[in-house]
Amino acid sequence: MSDPNNEPTRNVSIDVKHVTRVEGHGNISISVREGEITKLQLAIVESPRFFESFLRGRHWSEAPHITCRICGICSVGHTTASVHAMEAACGIQVTEQTDLLRKLILYGEELQSHWLHLYFLAVPDYFGVGSVIPLAETHPEVVRRALRMKKLANDICGVVGGRHIHPVAIHVGGVSHTPRDNELLGLKQRLEDCRGDLKEMVELFSKLEVPDFNRETEYVSLKVVGNGEYAFYNGDIVSTKDPSPTKVADYRQRVVEEVVQHSAAKHCRSPSSSAYAVGALARFNNNAEQLHPDAQKVADELGLKPICFNPYHNNTAQLVETVHCVEASIELIDKILTRGLKSEPLVPPSKYERGAGAAEVPRGLLFHEYGVGSDGKIDMANLIIPTGQNLANIEADMHALTPKLLASGMGKEEMTLQLEMLVRAYDPCISCATHFLDVEWEE
Amino acid sequence: MKPKIAIFSLTGCEGCSLAILELEDQLLDILGAVEIVNFREGMTERSWDIDIGFVDGAVSTPEDEKEIIRFRESCKTLVAIGSCACLGGINTLKNYQPEDEYRRYVYGDKAIWFPTIAARALSAVVKVDYELPGCPMIKEEFVRFVKCMLTGRPFELPDYAVCVECKKKGNLCLYEKGVICLGPVTRAGCDAICPSFGSKCEGCRGILGHEALCAAGVNLREQYDVSLDDVLADFRLFGAYQEKDLP
Repeated sequence: MSDPNNEPTRNVSIDVKHVTRVEGHGNISISVREGEITKLQLAIVESPRFFESFLRGRHWSEAPHITCRICGICSVGHTTASVHAMEAACGIQVTEQTDLLRKLILYGEELQSHWLHLYFLAVPDYFGVGSVIPLAETHPEVVRRALRMKKLANDICGVVGGRHIHPVAIHVGGVSHTPRDNELLGLKQRLEDCRGDLKEMVELFSKLEVPDFNRETEYVSLKVVGNGEYAFYNGDIVSTKDPSPTKVADYRQRVVEEVVQHSAAKHCRSPSSSAYAVGALARFNNNAEQLHPDAQKVADELGLKPICFNPYHNNTAQLVETVHCVEASIELIDKILTRGLKSEPLVPPSKYERGAGAAEVPRGLLFHEYGVGSDGKIDMANLIIPTGQNLANIEADMHALTPKLLASGMGKEEMTLQLEMLVRAYDPCISCATHFLDVEWEE
Repeated sequence: MKPKIAIFSLTGCEGCSLAILELEDQLLDILGAVEIVNFREGMTERSWDIDIGFVDGAVSTPEDEKEIIRFRESCKTLVAIGSCACLGGINTLKNYQPEDEYRRYVYGDKAIWFPTIAARALSAVVKVDYELPGCPMIKEEFVRFVKCMLTGRPFELPDYAVCVECKKKGNLCLYEKGVICLGPVTRAGCDAICPSFGSKCEGCRGILGHEALCAAGVNLREQYDVSLDDVLADFRLFGAYQEKDLP
């Protein structure tokens, strides 16, 4: 492996224009002069979106249908955080049925997004191919399984919300559609059948070699305190460094946003760290004991233990979470069917004020905050996106990883792959993160 | 020879590209019939010899303008997919605020770092051969389009309103429930998904044209005492209309 030209004092320049197999446009740029890193950036070159600006003046009821358009992959997640925030601002308490249905569609999206990422965006690296397309010929059973599982996840979203990308039926105050019992029973059957597919997926991933790289950082996520469920839909803010819970309404005590010139998305830090991570691994590190027993077993099989500081294991945590979400969805459907579904009117606002809401979306902790004026129009909006929160942490990882790769005598091509895999492991969603920014930067 | 396909994204949520990956039942058949040569979201390899290029997202930055011109030059057939590419989409909401103001609201004194232009449809910059509107685009319509391209048949969008599909499904009209809905003037092809799930049509597939607007305007005023001015904010949501078109 060792290349005689690769002594640690060498000069290396890596420029990956538009990292592929991530959602959105980002560039990796690293310069090393005589063994010292002189430049290291994950530059985010996605276009500006300005959602926070143009939400102002729109009717309060439109917030979820506008903000879900931030991202195709996590539109259910944005919808969830959005309805939570707007309901806090408008003093709305939704029914238990509403919470159950919204939770089910959010599980559907976690499954859809994680499986998409693992099969379509991450796995090709491990097979040494550029995309999932060649795998259709060499490993057709893997691709067919991936499509079967993804379709199930989409159909969960479809049954509850009308469709996965930009769901129709989820509104501030409730849901505008109730699924039929036989639709839910059909999903339950397919979720049970999916256990076999998941088992094979776990087997596949147990054979893939995860790069050995650890760096201590802070992991931030929601947590349902007490003996609550594994947090996706709601909870309080906790972290591996500061496990005392903070209410979502006080999220500004835990998140500090900063504009950075080279990044088309704001960077974030916490009161205790200059960089922190959110996402599946953060949730796992904070809430592992709240996972379904089957998911805990899979975590054991794959050697994943809290607190895990290897960012490449975000993929492993995603897989573990899908085992949890399948079981949690089955239990949820049983509960919904036992209660019985009835058509309910949307709960109207009781006030127009300010409110914050959050959800654990596939890529991590998402905050929405709105203010509503006395005319019912939105007059303030702030959105804090998981990938934006991860950017400073990814750069810190790259700072720690690059000298190790240099010292190992790795060639430039392989180094680039390792760095791209690192970025991909975070499953970054750059469209989301740059709901506001554009960037031009100087060499 | 299989047609060489590319999928590009400009300013948007990339949901329409994702919708292609969500064609689970047809994806392997489509991959067997075409060759995907450039799709950054899903593959590493990138080629610029392209027969059919699909583009989602709007033109919203100086960089987008350069990119769409490059795509146009590289693709024999250029197809706009989704409301952003076809109409400008949700991005056009920023066009109603002064540029300085919407940039400053997000960035404060750092606004100068982040240039932007008014959001617009692809057709405002380059010639577009086909449009598949919707937010997101309709997957079934995409499959129908691909079939037409592969077999050399002509492709056309439905030229009737969402109301037609909604009535066919037996939905209770939302106007009867006091909800203002853009179904009477919006292009069909979505199987009236929003009203079928209890939600008003938001016009994401664009309006049918001036005549349809005038007819609907008269009907709605007479039947429900609603004028098209009442739905101005809804028309803006996806850039579905030009204000001067209002009767």
